Amino acid sequence: MYVESSKGKIRRLWDFHGGLHLPDNKRQSLQTDLTSATMPARLILPLRQHIGESAIPLVKPGDRVLKGEKIADNTAPVCAPIHAPTSGIIKGIEAHPIPHPSGLNGPAIVLEVDGKDEWADLPAPINDFQNVDKSLLLQRVRESGIVGLGGATFPAAIKLNPGKAIKTLIINGAECEPFITCDDRLMQGAPDRILNGARILQHILGAEECLIGIEDNKPDAISTLRSHLTDDDSIEVVRIPTLYPSGGEKQLIRILTGQEVPSEGLPAQLGVICHNVATAAAIADAVLEGRPLISRLVTLTGEGIANPCNMEVPLGITAADLIEQTGGYTGKSSQLIMGGPMMGFNLSTDQVPITKGSNCLLAPSEEEVPTTGSALACIRCGRCAEVCPVNLLPQQMYWFSRAKELEKVQDYNLFDCIECGCCSHVCPSHIPLVHYFRFAKTESWAKEKELQAADHAKKRHDFRIARLERLDAERKARLRKKKENLGKKKPVKPAAKGEDAKKAAIEAAMKRAAAKKAAQQSPPKNTDNLTPAQQKQLDAVDKHRAETTADQE
Amino acid sequence: MQFQTFSSPHTRRPNSVDKVMLQVILALLPGVLAMTWYFGPGVLVNIVIATLSAVAFEALVLKLRKRPVMPTLYDLSAVVTAILFAIAVPPLLPWWLTVIGMAFAIIMVKQLYGGMGYNPFNPAMAAYVLLLISWPIPMTSWLPPVVLSANPLDFMQIVSAIFTGSPPTGLEWDAITMATPLDEMRTNLDQGHMISEIFQSPLWGDFGGQGWEWVGNWFLMGGLWLIYKRTITWHIPLAFFAGLTGLAMITFLFDPESYPFALFHVFSGGAILGAFFIATDPVTACTTRKGQLIYGVAIGMLVYIIRTWGGYPDAVAFAVLLLNMAAPTIDYYTRPQVFGHGDNHG
Repeated sequence: MYVESSKGKIRRLWDFHGGLHLPDNKRQSLQTDLTSATMPARLILPLRQHIGESAIPLVKPGDRVLKGEKIADNTAPVCAPIHAPTSGIIKGIEAHPIPHPSGLNGPAIVLEVDGKDEWADLPAPINDFQNVDKSLLLQRVRESGIVGLGGATFPAAIKLNPGKAIKTLIINGAECEPFITCDDRLMQGAPDRILNGARILQHILGAEECLIGIEDNKPDAISTLRSHLTDDDSIEVVRIPTLYPSGGEKQLIRILTGQEVPSEGLPAQLGVICHNVATAAAIADAVLEGRPLISRLVTLTGEGIANPCNMEVPLGITAADLIEQTGGYTGKSSQLIMGGPMMGFNLSTDQVPITKGSNCLLAPSEEEVPTTGSALACIRCGRCAEVCPVNLLPQQMYWFSRAKELEKVQDYNLFDCIECGCCSHVCPSHIPLVHYFRFAKTESWAKEKELQAADHAKKRHDFRIARLERLDAERKARLRKKKENLGKKKPVKPAAKGEDAKKAAIEAAMKRAAAKKAAQQSPPKNTDNLTPAQQKQLDAVDKHRAETTADQE
Repeated sequence: MQFQTFSSPHTRRPNSVDKVMLQVILALLPGVLAMTWYFGPGVLVNIVIATLSAVAFEALVLKLRKRPVMPTLYDLSAVVTAILFAIAVPPLLPWWLTVIGMAFAIIMVKQLYGGMGYNPFNPAMAAYVLLLISWPIPMTSWLPPVVLSANPLDFMQIVSAIFTGSPPTGLEWDAITMATPLDEMRTNLDQGHMISEIFQSPLWGDFGGQGWEWVGNWFLMGGLWLIYKRTITWHIPLAFFAGLTGLAMITFLFDPESYPFALFHVFSGGAILGAFFIATDPVTACTTRKGQLIYGVAIGMLVYIIRTWGGYPDAVAFAVLLLNMAAPTIDYYTRPQVFGHGDNHG
């Protein structure tokens, strides 16, 4: 299909297989204007708020930190630093409930807020970003702790250094999950930040065009962004059809460019890089103001929440504090979801903090998100395959996952599944298909690890056998040598003449005397005069030492 | 606060297996009523017997397998099997044959393979074939349409015929039953009659047998409604008709006096019922789009081949069962191209 994009251009759009038209439920949280959350008494900052390595604390309990100060980082390639969202005292670094599907606790920095909100010295704004070295901009993005704010939380700086020529920068404003409206609010409320971010990104990547894809159920966001474009922008705001999951990176790239990101590949291979609108805004803040990522927009919605709204919240505020600030619960919901109804995960407690990837807190009523009964048998109706945006055959994959036939299910491209939930959503037997695929994935990873471990063990075993054989061969060689030496006759000394014999006797006597003297002067060693048992122990230790050093060779 | 946790996604489209099955049952109703209209209430009696016995056998086996009985009974799949079977068999079929058929369909073909969703063969068709090759006479003794019948039977006569297995008093089987139009056509052709001669008989309507073609029409309505409701897709029915009429057209053009025209085949016997309600049984059919097309075409062609050169005039059951065997293989070789696996990389 063709649509008119901004600047009167006609653009062709492509479609992907399947997808769903979902009731969008976005009005509830758009009734009120964007507000800012008040700072709670303490903030919980998990050390892992991004894909990759956990950050390592740079502070210790008792330290006073200022707003925007870096408090955790890691030199690992895939990592993003964490900054203090306000000034205060570090209370501790301890295990705390974190937003994770497992419901397990994770290490977090606890910051007691002092209420002064005192800023640290921020890096200088870079206003003429077109004229500075790109490495400086990359460094700024990295140091500001910016990660993908669409939910994937991949450190943004890594995506800005793809090592390939980039033709198209895509800014993702699709927001296809029902209920969530924080990107919509951001696009309507801060179009300039997003567009500045897009310009910076375009400059860093050297992309000739930038497309902002927004689903057509957000007309206000589209018109606002379009009205803020300037004449020398090569940015187009493209209205795309509302079809879940159009906001998935691969799906959006397909819609806007017609290209499919190769399986197990990256968008950069197609000359495309994709960032979320909130990420673009955060990058603009970091470059133009020096402000690190210390807050984000969060949608609070669902009939279980008294006043659905969008809020600018400091990272580290707990869901409980945040919901209390908006007026608390209505009691109409028995669950709390972080993220949307399709891909979000349930929180078992509301004591978890908001992290960089938290875009929504959803407390749905039974009417909004019905809980389903137990699963029935699959009747192979094929609806799951009809709606799968990746064109997989979920019913077959379910069969193999159930039977734990991991090779088969991988043969059916399990790892191309994006866990969007379309298949589970339409299944008339109410089978939690995505859950089965996650299970199959984790089982596959576990098996892979096992194989690697077995491989490693086998290598070590082979090495040991080889070493023992070598030692054995050496011993045998020594024995052979000895035997040969024994077999040889000792050369007979010619009979010494009188004088020579005398000299030799004197010399020998002198040597003996010197040896005796030396023995008296040096203190006895503790290894002298050992009992046979001690000697045996010592030998064993020496042997082990020799073995371990051989192991390390 | 503590909350319940589930695995994503959290939303569900409000559909369920029993709704799917209910839609199939509703879609069958017009055809069933048409059959009652043309062939008397015997089909309704058969549906009742078949449904009761199917549900009873299902409950029995689930109890033996120590599975929850109620949820499975509520999914209505046994009822659909029973109705399809009862429609396919002659209206005066003795009750015990219906019960044997249902016992075989539910116990052997469905539950012994693991129950709902696990059966490789269509239970109704397997039962039909079992009875057809074991009791060929009662399974081929159809009634003429009421309008053509010399001795139309009333409700009580029909019930007694079904439950006693003997014809109503004062009548012989031969006087009240007759072969199906397809059977008639085969027999006449084998005796060397021309098609134009055969069609002189009052037995025929516009395309197929009197009454039969209208029953087919009503099943067609039901089938189209199922496609409209998205309970089934158009792939299998359309492919089925393509396979059937394609072959029929070729032979018809080749020799119109020995091979009836294509629409005759569509509106005779179980072709329409088979295309929309039997070949589309999701459990035993192909699931990939391409596979469904191959599956449908193959069934259609086999129906024609068996009708024209095979040993039995009623071919749908055999064709469907044969393709049930091939479905997993067809599925395996017709997997769609997964996103990112093609060469569409710019």
